[in-house]
Amino acid sequence: MTAPSSSHLVRAYGDRRDDGRIQLSFTLPVPASARAREAARRFCEALGLRHILVATMEPAGRDFSFFVVYASAEVAVDLSQVEVPEVTVPQWSFKEINQLIRERIGRKVVVVGACTGSDAHTVGIDAILNMKGYAGDKGLEAYPWFEVHNLGAQVDNAVLLARARELSADAVLVSQIITQRDVHKDNSRALIELARRQGQRKMLFLLGGPRIDHALARELGFDAGFGPGTRPHQVASYIVAQLLERQGR
Amino acid sequence: MQPLPIDPDIVAECRALAGAIADSVQRFIVDHTTVSIERTVLRAYGIEGVNPDGVPLVNTCVDRYHERGLLGWGIAFFLGWALVRGARTPQEAAEELAYGEAPGLDLGGDFRPGAELVAQVRRALAQPTAEALARIDSARAARQAARERLGMGPDRDRPRDGVLLPPGPPLKYVIVATGNIYDDADQARAAAEAGADIVAVIRSTAQSLLDYVPYGATTEGYGGTWATQENFRIVRAALDETQERLGRYLMQVNYSSGLCMPEIAYLGAVERLDMLLNDAMYGILFRDINPRRTLCDQYFSRRIIARAGMIINTGEDNYLTTADAVEAAHTVLASQFINEAFALRAGLREEQMGLGHAFEIDKALPDSLLLEIAQAQLVRQVFPRHPIKWMPATKHKSGDIFWSHRVDGLFDLVGVMTGQSIELLGMMTESIHTPFLQDRYCALKGAAYTFTAAHHLGDEIQWNPEGRIVRRARQVLTQARDLLAEVAAEGLFSAIARGVFADVKRAETGGRGLAGVVRRAPGYLNPLLEALEAPC
Repeated sequence: MTAPSSSHLVRAYGDRRDDGRIQLSFTLPVPASARAREAARRFCEALGLRHILVATMEPAGRDFSFFVVYASAEVAVDLSQVEVPEVTVPQWSFKEINQLIRERIGRKVVVVGACTGSDAHTVGIDAILNMKGYAGDKGLEAYPWFEVHNLGAQVDNAVLLARARELSADAVLVSQIITQRDVHKDNSRALIELARRQGQRKMLFLLGGPRIDHALARELGFDAGFGPGTRPHQVASYIVAQLLERQGR
Repeated sequence: MQPLPIDPDIVAECRALAGAIADSVQRFIVDHTTVSIERTVLRAYGIEGVNPDGVPLVNTCVDRYHERGLLGWGIAFFLGWALVRGARTPQEAAEELAYGEAPGLDLGGDFRPGAELVAQVRRALAQPTAEALARIDSARAARQAARERLGMGPDRDRPRDGVLLPPGPPLKYVIVATGNIYDDADQARAAAEAGADIVAVIRSTAQSLLDYVPYGATTEGYGGTWATQENFRIVRAALDETQERLGRYLMQVNYSSGLCMPEIAYLGAVERLDMLLNDAMYGILFRDINPRRTLCDQYFSRRIIARAGMIINTGEDNYLTTADAVEAAHTVLASQFINEAFALRAGLREEQMGLGHAFEIDKALPDSLLLEIAQAQLVRQVFPRHPIKWMPATKHKSGDIFWSHRVDGLFDLVGVMTGQSIELLGMMTESIHTPFLQDRYCALKGAAYTFTAAHHLGDEIQWNPEGRIVRRARQVLTQARDLLAEVAAEGLFSAIARGVFADVKRAETGGRGLAGVVRRAPGYLNPLLEALEAPC
């Protein structure tokens, strides 16, 4: 290896370091046959994979074959070159968050949340906002120092911003679950543009959903993005930390 | 299976309380109609077509009379009047109602038609009403004939004598949701070939809030595909062709919910759908549709479904996506009793009531499987003749598809063990995307294994009378009874406004669609409803 000493090359780890073994599964729109199996192998070859093992070919209907494949990927990634913008969230507890708001902000923090556009799936926004919360972590409604308005599903961008203005919201939370044909991106981008035009971009804008990460959210113009597994207290901490930072300025 | 030792008197009490709850709402229902009910009446009379902007003719007719405050007489009255005045067909009459010099438009809300006119209108509608019923009845006969001719797979007896679903392991129900009806048809075929018994085409997410039914074949939708009459035909044709090849009957499902609940019920009836998602309260709680509107609409839609011999799927599983599945288990049971009570009042047989529930308890809880078994067996036992619809975990799943696949394995095991009738198979990619073809394949293969391997497991089970499962079932039943007593005391509208179900609060006069609810005039005319309400 001739890479500079600071580089840190990583390959997929199957059974031994740097063996590059990976598993993948996919469907080809052809009936299961010896020809289909060979087509699957070549498909993997075209992906640049080697030592290809088609572990199974399953007839997933008359005209479709489903494959599970193991193969070696030669490629390596230099970890030292990987930089990911991550949301930095302080490790504050429920109690600490409420105490910080009470002592340093001195009024309730107002949060408005919704699933926007045609999205009817409130699971995500409910997990963060509803009293019950998620995975044993209480939702923002349970915080005495948060005032929460969960507008529910299929909320129009303009309606969300109007409510946020009426309520003098500190933060706007948007959940996007449906991702077919990137509808989540278009809709979220449109929200931020509208907020800019209406002079509401000073509010904090947070985006959440199973296919959302911080980088994507930033790209779409949000302050932060939260992906799957996010706990309500992380969102609460982020909002409070941002508000404190702005106060400090 | 040996039944759980629960108190049958409490079950009877629940039923009586739910009956009282439904009766008090029923008094409101029979006094009102809605724009969607009236549009359904026109559809049943064979009215078709849309204007160049895509607005269905049935909407244009109904809106025109609604704007003048005349809808309380029933659109059938005016349609019949146009026939009396010389329109040659109901379609021609409807075009007059929508665009022409429509009868009665200038009369204002307080007009009273003479007895002679009413009699003439009734005579003019007699033949169209008979034809409307014949369309529903012949679709029913064709559906039942295909089911009896092809049977429903090797695991169950061939349906006979009008039996809808012969007993057997759970029927394997999968969803397709590509947004493009032609892709949906391909995926429906592939799913059936991989072992599915039932295929549901998920609707585009915003459709429940549309106050009209879109028209024609569609290839763009979000999170699903538009429910249209043509789309129903395309999927039915794909299943018709596939079932002949596979030698077993395949069932089709869509959604009779939202603002067009009764219209979809009618379209489903004549296009030979087998099941419809149809719930007395779902639209209120989860789509913020006005409670009065939904409760009126569910009645008329269920009258059609009863006549058509279709099976409803109720949506109690959804409660557990917002409320906690342990704490709110009794709300599911209570709601099932209420759905049953409303369904009985709309003429549905118990064999048509696919009451819903779900495997949604937090997988991190100790003995969560025992709690799931308790609920599944309790529901099975309390509703013995009903084709219970059992829904998979959705909330406590993750991007770890391998773990999720194992969750679905336990779900399948409880399903077959407790004799659930219809099982919507869990997808390992539940929290990632709408299912890929291969996700459905893996779910079907896994379920087939479990249902075969544990076919008679239920027969071997005896309950520990002092055990956790029995204790839990008793607790849920008692809590359901207490909740039903509360709801009966305050009334259903008030209970919904208080957030009793699914932690969601909906005001009686809030939500979408209230403007489409109309008090019936003393002479309200709806010969179709009269026929549907007549004892068979």
